[in-house]
Amino acid sequence: MNQDKTGAQSETVLRLNGITKRFGALVANDAISLDLRRGEVVALLGENGAGKTTLMNILFGHYVADAGHVEAFGEPLPPGQPRAALEAGIGMVHQHFTLADNLTVTENILLGTVPLWRMGLGLGQAKARIAQLSKDFGLSVHPDAKVGTLTVGERQRVEILKALYRDAKILILDEPTAVLTPQETDALFETLRKAVALGLSIVFISHKLHEVTAIADRCVVLRHGKVVGEVNTADTDRHALASLMVGAEITPPEVSPATPGRALLQLRDVSTPSEGAVPGLDHVTLDLKAGQITGLAGVSGNGQAALSDLISGLRMPQNGAMIIGGADQATWSPRLAVHAGIARIPEDRHHTGTIADFDLTENTILETYMDPPVSHAGWMNWSAAENMAQEVIDAYDVRCPGPSTRIRLLSGGNMQKLILGRVLERNPKVILANQPVRGLDIGAITYVHNRLLAARDAGAAVLLISEDLDEIIQLSDVIHVISEGRLSPEFPRGAKTPAELGLWMAGQGFDGDAHAA
Amino acid sequence: MMEVLDILLSASFWAAAVRIASPLIFATMGEIICERAGVLNLGIEGIMVIGAFAGWMAVYQGAPLWSGVAVAMLAGMLFGLLHATLTVPFGLSQHVVGLGVTLLATSTSYYAYRLILPEVSSPPKIEPFQPFEIPILADIPIIGEALFAQTPLTYAAFGLAALVAFALYRTPLGLALRSVGENPAAAEAQGLSVTGLRMGAVIVGSGFMAVGGSFLTLSAFSSFFFEMVNGRGWICIALVVFGMWQPGKAVLGALLYAAFDAFQIRLQQLPIGNVVPYQFFLMMPYILSIAALIAMSRRAEVPAALMVPFNRGDR
Repeated sequence: MNQDKTGAQSETVLRLNGITKRFGALVANDAISLDLRRGEVVALLGENGAGKTTLMNILFGHYVADAGHVEAFGEPLPPGQPRAALEAGIGMVHQHFTLADNLTVTENILLGTVPLWRMGLGLGQAKARIAQLSKDFGLSVHPDAKVGTLTVGERQRVEILKALYRDAKILILDEPTAVLTPQETDALFETLRKAVALGLSIVFISHKLHEVTAIADRCVVLRHGKVVGEVNTADTDRHALASLMVGAEITPPEVSPATPGRALLQLRDVSTPSEGAVPGLDHVTLDLKAGQITGLAGVSGNGQAALSDLISGLRMPQNGAMIIGGADQATWSPRLAVHAGIARIPEDRHHTGTIADFDLTENTILETYMDPPVSHAGWMNWSAAENMAQEVIDAYDVRCPGPSTRIRLLSGGNMQKLILGRVLERNPKVILANQPVRGLDIGAITYVHNRLLAARDAGAAVLLISEDLDEIIQLSDVIHVISEGRLSPEFPRGAKTPAELGLWMAGQGFDGDAHAA
Repeated sequence: MMEVLDILLSASFWAAAVRIASPLIFATMGEIICERAGVLNLGIEGIMVIGAFAGWMAVYQGAPLWSGVAVAMLAGMLFGLLHATLTVPFGLSQHVVGLGVTLLATSTSYYAYRLILPEVSSPPKIEPFQPFEIPILADIPIIGEALFAQTPLTYAAFGLAALVAFALYRTPLGLALRSVGENPAAAEAQGLSVTGLRMGAVIVGSGFMAVGGSFLTLSAFSSFFFEMVNGRGWICIALVVFGMWQPGKAVLGALLYAAFDAFQIRLQQLPIGNVVPYQFFLMMPYILSIAALIAMSRRAEVPAALMVPFNRGDR
């Protein structure tokens, strides 16, 4: 977008030189070099685990590199000192925001900018400056609000304001769009363009190709900790970038038309209580039909957890009815859910999906340990359990030394394959897939998606919950949007554009809203 | 019934309440400083003991009273340094370290007392702080005697509470302190030293706890004896929660508890004291504290990173 400004006279503001970082045997960064010029947006592209975040944490002084050095504006940056990076004019917007929830927006921004031993905070001046920056960069946020009450999009604006308040000349954004709606993403890009126009330089970390091509001037591709390519975005396309990033041609799963059957799980006007700022379900009616993938789109924290907990047996409806296989459920628990044929792929595979220090056998039978063949009359049959684990390992390509390996040692993808195998081997009627590919690389994502499609074709009703709208659109036969606990009508495949779905995700179009607005 | 009313309207009752609250206010402020920075300091009970002992011993050996307070503070800071070193850079369990510091500080005090005064059977006395009547204000009925005819250490306790409140909310240092207790990663990302701030908070906070202990020997009583702190440190832990980690509310909590305590002492002397066993009266402030704690702490905003050690580079 600013080819004219990145001409011969533009200076290099940031230079990474031969950065190497090892974690044990893993080489996270292998002799990476990177230049950033004034007024330029460079995208750092790579799959999860390619080493993007590690590299930026070294640049920002959170980690110390084993080899290599960093130069900002021609001066070497001392390693391991966030303060030095800040003083050199580098501002970082972390993937997981570094904000204190109980402090106000202004306090979060002021933190560390005033000498510790000064008497006053200078709140008045600070607020004026924040208001000015908000206006200049299009980052509206209330300066006196506590950060804990803000939406994810607003928190990100606070993070960016934090950097701008310190006169950052280089902005590093780590996966900034992962948590945003399409509209919020557009607003963010608008802000970034303003920043570049004012002479800032930006490193934009992402694995979303369409965003990279939309915002970046230049693209550096990382794979397995190495730079595998550096291209001007004008001279390339998404397909070429994807191949560079993965190292092979990728073929997205073929999605054949669905043949929906009868409804296997029905919610009728179900509500659940809110928990603090997280809304519960608000009069939700939903049919999950056999042989169909129902996608649930929405920004996280809008009631997905309540719906997922409800179906997986962790909570009861406050009012309304849940009908499974035609029968109204008067009592409901995780064990009843398992026995009713509900397969649960939980959102957080580390915390609720597996027990880290249990081995693969124990993790395989977590849901069925009390049923034959694994136990009889209260006695465990470990050889049957181990056979079961071995079957899952073989059938689902879980890469591991064997069933007695502790699951903590597996990669996220292999852990997810074990969970997938554990639930799909029982031929479930309903599959609750909550963020089934979060944090996985493209190979594992394709694998999980193909398995879900196969389960659908075998007659299961699949509920796919995801914050990644692209994933929802690609896989789902019908789509609902959830916002503040309310469920949109059912949209068939292709009925709504991503932008239209984005408006629903932002809460527009719901009945109650029309009166409020 | 009339007798109860008489107690509540007497100036001596309110003066006693303010006096009993003073050491609690010192120690509670110390604990608030620690906890706001993210460190639970269960060493408080022992640190109050060492403060009571060190301050008293210094004065007994001939030091002026204010030097005694300074010695108490230094002794507290020393144990604070121990606590901080173990819990902050080493990231050990704050519960275990806190209880350990309490045991160590308590037994160190008792041991040193016996070592220095091996022959003494009845505790020797010193000349403690005398009440200082603030001109004019002290002449106001009831309030005057309760608030403005106290010892200088009591005035200092209330002064400290105001200072801590001001520092926490109105200075960059206070903001930095609160931020390391809420989200140390955020503080580090802004270039602050989480380790330095937390250690500083624990050391200074422990100093104030020890001053609270020294109030007992230098202002309330005139000698040091075993078991004299008698669970006041634990009360302060509860007062921090009761006050929702805010200095002003914690002071109110301390006054409330102290009023109950002063009240029960007087109730014991009434005719009813012959019918009801005195242990029942002793129990009252604790029961009322627990009830108040339950009522107040439900909507408390706990520092989000309280008891969470911070290791740089961890994800």
